[in-house]
Amino acid sequence: MSALLTQLALETATSSDAVSMPGWWLIALPLAGAALLLLGGRATNSFGPALATGLSWASFGLGVVALLQLLAVDPDQRSTHQTLFNWIPAGAFQLSAGLQIDTLSVSFVLLITFVGSLIHVYSLGYMSHDPDKRRFFAYLNFFVAAMLLLVLADSFLLLFVGWEGVGLASYLLIGFWNTREAGAIAPGHFAEANAAAANKAFVVNRVGDIGLSLAIALMFATFGAVDFASVNAGVAAGGAGTATLTAIGLLLLLGACGKSAQFPLQSWLGDAMAGPTPVSALIHAATMVTAGVYLVVRSHTIFEAAPNAQLAVAIVGAITLTYGAIVGCAKDDIKKALAASTMSQIGYMMLAAGLGPVGYAFAIFHLITHGFFKAGMFLGAGSVMHGMSDQVDMRRFGNLNKFMKITWITFGLGWLAILGVPPFSGFWSKDKIIEAAFIGEGWRPWVFGLAALLGAGVTAFYMSRLFFMTFHGKERWTDEPKQHPHESPLTMTLPMMVLALGSAGLGLILGPTDIFTKWLEPVTGHPEHGEPVLSVPVLMTLTLLLVALGAGLAWLRYGRDEVPMYAPAGNALTRAARKDLYQDDINEAVFMWPGVKLVRSVIWTDNEVVDGGAMGLGKLTGGTATWLRRIQNGYARSYALTMLAGIVAVLGALWVMN
Amino acid sequence: MDSQFTATAVNYWAIMPILIVFGGALVGVLVEAFAPRSSRHSIQVALTLLTVVLAFGALVWKSVDDQGSTLAGALMIDGPTLFLQGSVLLLSFVAVLLMAEKFGSAGADAFTPMGAAVPGSPLEAAAARAGWGTGEVFPLALFSIAGMMIFPAAGDLLTMFVALEVLSLPLYILTGLARRRRLLSQEAALKYFLLGSFSSAFFLFGSALLYGYAGSIQFGQISAAISAAGVELDGLLLPGAFFVLVGLLFKVGAVPFHMWTPDVYQGAPTPVTGFMAACTKLAAFGAILRLAYTGIDADRWDWRLAVGAIAALTMIVGSILSVAQTDIKRLLAYSSIAHAGFILVGVLAFDITGVTGVMFYLLAYGLATLAAFGVIALVRDGNTEASHIGQWAGLGRRHPVVAGVFALLLLTFAGIPLTSGFTSKFAAFAPAIAHGGRMGAVLVVIGVLCSAITAFVYVRIIVLMYFSDAKGEVVALTPSVLTTLGLAIAVILTIGLGIFPSPVLDLAGQASQFLR
Repeated sequence: MSALLTQLALETATSSDAVSMPGWWLIALPLAGAALLLLGGRATNSFGPALATGLSWASFGLGVVALLQLLAVDPDQRSTHQTLFNWIPAGAFQLSAGLQIDTLSVSFVLLITFVGSLIHVYSLGYMSHDPDKRRFFAYLNFFVAAMLLLVLADSFLLLFVGWEGVGLASYLLIGFWNTREAGAIAPGHFAEANAAAANKAFVVNRVGDIGLSLAIALMFATFGAVDFASVNAGVAAGGAGTATLTAIGLLLLLGACGKSAQFPLQSWLGDAMAGPTPVSALIHAATMVTAGVYLVVRSHTIFEAAPNAQLAVAIVGAITLTYGAIVGCAKDDIKKALAASTMSQIGYMMLAAGLGPVGYAFAIFHLITHGFFKAGMFLGAGSVMHGMSDQVDMRRFGNLNKFMKITWITFGLGWLAILGVPPFSGFWSKDKIIEAAFIGEGWRPWVFGLAALLGAGVTAFYMSRLFFMTFHGKERWTDEPKQHPHESPLTMTLPMMVLALGSAGLGLILGPTDIFTKWLEPVTGHPEHGEPVLSVPVLMTLTLLLVALGAGLAWLRYGRDEVPMYAPAGNALTRAARKDLYQDDINEAVFMWPGVKLVRSVIWTDNEVVDGGAMGLGKLTGGTATWLRRIQNGYARSYALTMLAGIVAVLGALWVMN
Repeated sequence: MDSQFTATAVNYWAIMPILIVFGGALVGVLVEAFAPRSSRHSIQVALTLLTVVLAFGALVWKSVDDQGSTLAGALMIDGPTLFLQGSVLLLSFVAVLLMAEKFGSAGADAFTPMGAAVPGSPLEAAAARAGWGTGEVFPLALFSIAGMMIFPAAGDLLTMFVALEVLSLPLYILTGLARRRRLLSQEAALKYFLLGSFSSAFFLFGSALLYGYAGSIQFGQISAAISAAGVELDGLLLPGAFFVLVGLLFKVGAVPFHMWTPDVYQGAPTPVTGFMAACTKLAAFGAILRLAYTGIDADRWDWRLAVGAIAALTMIVGSILSVAQTDIKRLLAYSSIAHAGFILVGVLAFDITGVTGVMFYLLAYGLATLAAFGVIALVRDGNTEASHIGQWAGLGRRHPVVAGVFALLLLTFAGIPLTSGFTSKFAAFAPAIAHGGRMGAVLVVIGVLCSAITAFVYVRIIVLMYFSDAKGEVVALTPSVLTTLGLAIAVILTIGLGIFPSPVLDLAGQASQFLR
């Protein structure tokens, strides 16, 4: 079956000239904006933010042109390959940089540029008082450009360039407020904490990037090429054994886990909320964190030829969706609760992407609807913070529906969408994933299906908790500073309204009509029809019942009853969930501590430690350490001895071997 | 036997660039002796730059058409030789511009006119009155450049040894000429000299063993002897080959022959450190390529595993120890050790694409590292260089351009995509995977992991420059026009090689075939 599908993918992947619009303009416009704002200096302070916003919209306009041009041709012609330039001509290895414009990448282009442009508009209001506004917009524009490069790239290597670019933008934007005096605008956002969060995101993402770069290296070793077309052709021609393909698949998955905050590399996303809220909405909810899902779907031929790697994708997705849901139940910080929810929802997408052809289209579909409703809710959270002097603790909110009508309604629509209440967007995309998870044989449908089903119930609980704690119940505002909740300006509420419209209606337009799955078929292939182990109406009823149960429970505890101003001690699970299920402690014990140990022990060889008393390491003496320290001790004679010892060792080894 | 002496045929056009550099150096000595004191510095700088440009011109216009072996096989003027010689000249041009920086003093700022003088002391004033300048730096650099140009061109072991000494001896002196932190500088020079002699001894001993094995010092003859497989003297071959390699690996700072690197990089005058890091490394890798691909290539199955282990060790030690450094010059020293390991991975590919990748890497790394040391020379705390990393905190706010350039160079070292560092790592690693077999793949995995470690080190400095508050009175001096020109060349080429590497990669690709 997979061979057939691959064949199909190959046939449909034959390029046509459907899109005549030069695709590089899409990337060049926001990139030019970023360059102009960064290099232009203060001269661009006045018009820079507006220009950046305009360029982002222009990119969206081009995306629409590409969409129309694709729609104008037959479905099997909807793929255009545009060569840009000869990038790395290294002897026999030729790599040209080119763009792959097909239904999958255009879907992403539209999501990125549309949501991205809305968030540019929102930021005009949100960041209006920030002295460093210009730098912020430059980074935003740079992010849009890098993200577009990521999804438009025609090879894994060019994708990697975009991948690093969005990582850089994310890093810069998480640490954006690193220079702010504590408490100037955002109380509790200390400069060090922001820099630390940025560093954490950087380090964790490096782990994922190693996976991706090793995967690319392995592809090159196996197929002699790293562009999508050649790799797909290589897989189809049986150019690699299953073991190699499994290794490539698992390495790609590692990369995807880093970027998409999937288990076990999920730890950075919660801390990344230190960045400005529009950044959380754009990068850490709607677009960048979904790049991992894109990567898995884009390289689906590899995963189809390596069932074990595919299974690993589904398992990672199932674990993360449960993990995120549990953590989400215990967070009192509104942005961190939303971050946990993002993690959980991307877990759904990963699960769908790991289910094989039946899931790809739904993974992307959920990704698109999620992009709308989650970005909308993040912007809503930003609006709440804006009105509440940057308070983020939900225990200090309550009854805000009286004061922020627009925020309340737009957030409410997003809430209904993520719960999966019909006919809102989430219902159409999430229910399809739950159904697809129940398709299969043996233990898989039961494990994956039940995880997805129960996850929906827990999601309903924690999202309703968030909604009720913030907008309903008693006022629990702080007096210091005195709170005057107020609605945000139009530049901020307008994008929220547009996104709320999408949260409400997008699913209804794209879902029941099957437009979207048909649209993606040229890339993802036509799935064979499978029957879930439980019938569809039963599943739908069960899901809705669980959702109602979760939401009802949340209403009883957080809507009707009084919410304590300070978090009660809670049981063991609650305490564990508050600490993100001890992810940092585990990371520290398993990864960081041995690393620190290793580095420390090697440091001894350096003469920094000769005067190590100053560094507090002087105590660590003992025979070996003393000997190691002596190596780089500054004496020419011992340097010569090291050389000699090295030579003798190598010569000895050579003699033994030969 | 009536053997008759016949004069060796010399293709003067082929070796013209080398002759020009030697000639320029000799004229420089005369200038130092006879030129009036007041204009000596300007004349020396002009003469040195002119020499380098003329040599480059001769190389581009004439030597390219006169390829071949000359001087009875002592010099092989072929594609790799010309590419590396051109690169040495380009890098030297920048290095000389950086060395010439005066910052308003009488002579070159980084060098001392007198062994015991410290900056601004009466002794220095006395030295100036007595007419002891710092002009000798420039002829010394030219002699060294000439050695570097012969090094990768050498067709036999003896020429290679002579080149090794010609390039090394002036460097020993230059290392000891730092104007500030005199003791550190003198100590570094002595250490470099002692350890360099030690490694030269190994090179000579290895040459003797190889001569004993093959009956010739010519690489072609040695290679033929190995292929002919005379078993009786086999015991001489492997130690000989390895000892010669040791002499060369010492120059690139491969572990365990790296111990001199941090001390010497820290002690030498900063422009000289940049010159060494860029040009010496380039020339020495050229010699390693020549030896490994044309001399002892037939025997490579016996020694490549050992060199592979050295490459792995070099990458690991270089990158891990760079984490612990607090002195910026020592940090870049360990970084250069790690880079030597990365380049060795490309060497071990044993394919023409490996030669391309290595040569591209050397040029790209040379440009970036020269510029980096150029920037370090600008950042001052009072009258000394701000060499402690902590002193760089907050530089991004006071001097956005200087910090921005340095950040770009650090990202290049880290190998972030769209910088020349990424392209060169790719160009060096890809052949290792494609042609290096299992060992190549393992080395590339180690290389990628080590790159990740070093990326952390570099980004930490960027974070420090931009995200920390400044302490102390650290400022970046405004460089003269010449230094600005040198930095601009290096930085612009670094950016260019990152975004649009094709022309240079093409050129390196066309120039990758060794003459045997």
